[in-house]
Amino acid sequence: MIQRKPARWLSQALRSYAILVYAFLYLPIVVLVIFSFTRDEFGVRWTGFTLDWYIRLFNNPRLMGAAVNTLIVGVASTLVATLLGTLLALALERYRFRGRGAVDGLLYLPIVMPEIVMAVALLACSALAFDLINALTGHVLRRNLVTVTIGHIAFSISFVTVVVRASLKHFDRRLEEAAADLGANSWQIFWRITFPLILPGVIGGALLAFTLSLDDFIISLFLSGPGTSLLPVEVYNRVRRAITPEINAISTLMLLLSITLVVLSQLAQRRR
Amino acid sequence: MRVIGMIDQIRMRRDRRNLLALLAPGMLWLLAFFALPLVIILLYSILTNGPRGAIVWQPTLENYRTLFTQTIYVNAYLRSIRISLETTLICLLLGYPLALFIVRQPAHWRTLLIFLVLIPFWTNFLVRIYAWQIILANNGLINGGLTALGLTPLALLNTEGATLLGLVYGELPFMVLPLYAALARFDFTQLEAAADLGANRWQAFWRVMVPQTMPGIVAGSVLVFIPTLGQFVVAELLGGAKVDYLGNLIQRLFLRSNPINWPLGSALAVIMMVILLALIFWYFRVTREDER
Repeated sequence: MIQRKPARWLSQALRSYAILVYAFLYLPIVVLVIFSFTRDEFGVRWTGFTLDWYIRLFNNPRLMGAAVNTLIVGVASTLVATLLGTLLALALERYRFRGRGAVDGLLYLPIVMPEIVMAVALLACSALAFDLINALTGHVLRRNLVTVTIGHIAFSISFVTVVVRASLKHFDRRLEEAAADLGANSWQIFWRITFPLILPGVIGGALLAFTLSLDDFIISLFLSGPGTSLLPVEVYNRVRRAITPEINAISTLMLLLSITLVVLSQLAQRRR
Repeated sequence: MRVIGMIDQIRMRRDRRNLLALLAPGMLWLLAFFALPLVIILLYSILTNGPRGAIVWQPTLENYRTLFTQTIYVNAYLRSIRISLETTLICLLLGYPLALFIVRQPAHWRTLLIFLVLIPFWTNFLVRIYAWQIILANNGLINGGLTALGLTPLALLNTEGATLLGLVYGELPFMVLPLYAALARFDFTQLEAAADLGANRWQAFWRVMVPQTMPGIVAGSVLVFIPTLGQFVVAELLGGAKVDYLGNLIQRLFLRSNPINWPLGSALAVIMMVILLALIFWYFRVTREDER
């Protein structure tokens, strides 16, 4: 009994500390949501409830255009990254081959690389490629949604692969062998057995890739061209000038969307 | 088992072509749009900057010389490394007790608690940093409260303290997740064993728990330190862009027209890559020693 008492004191302290850290993590998010409904035109004081800022948002063609661009890039990059990432996951989980370590390394590097390095590298690469195309064919190319999408795919593939690999780890290979014994060919085995079983992982990976694309700011800033602005870049340009309740409102919507997507992704991966 | 192994081997040989079909698309994408661009900035970093930001194809080491001799750049490294170390340390101090708390909860709570750490990790960084502006601004939440209490408002926004706060806030999940993974593998009965052998709580923590969770500590520190080194958004939105960090310099050298200098910016990015690779190398050494 004497020994246990300080332990309880310690775990109480730990609990209080944890609550404070959680409060720290969520305070700004809560504040942001609350102040998207304030009447105060500076967006930093509570002077009454209004939905005006949300209405104004939907009537702002520039922001809405940026939102549409963001969705287009998100969907396109998710489709490609999910396909390529899933194929890589299958290769890495199913096969032992020479150079597997190198493939692994190349795959994990984009996750840890500072995003600004990746962004300037892609910017330099695109400039060089455009110059080359111009010299060879005379076409003048500009950075647009395609260049942004290419960049988003490059960093999303790794995340998809990680998620799909996790779902392949628990995969029972005997199911495929049983199907083969029963006369199924490899195409049938893949679509009838393998794919349905890894589908939760693939959906989880796809939702994360989509979230990453919607949230990405740095690569979008460096790779989008004139007139093809994306939502986070648009928010950045406004935020640098001043706080406005309109920005609070669009930020709240962006937060809400990512949180929904992460919850969905977790649920998809849980259902196994 | 052996029969299955043989079947696997036969299938493996037959499936060489399938393997190539699975690997090639993703690998080609990563080589073309990740590896090749890195090689290109490596190349740019030894080229000459011409008039109006044009690249002159004349090899030089001048960019690296500039980066290591001019005070504006040297100060930016030192400042970046300092604030990144401070961020890492504070994240560790906040994250370790939090991860410890989560690990000690019953299983169903654990999932929820770690998920609550994960949510900010996947939500828009820019937006979450912006939210602190509302709290810290001169007419913001804290100063509003202070004024209401009859106290003098404080200059909170556009300070280095605000930058540090924003960085810690943004990077904390990167610290908690690896720490949690390391602590989940830790066998807590070892602490009782240490106590039986006469260690007090502090000694048990330092001599048993910390060494055994070192891979998590190192992984978390690397994952916090690296992105912090390249940040420029937090310094702009919360620090008021008063001083230069590496990220701000790179952004300016590549995007802002005055002075645009891609070779110099590339050299800066290359240095950052070298630091990253050194840290990853260190991480693998630490974790491998642990496994032995």
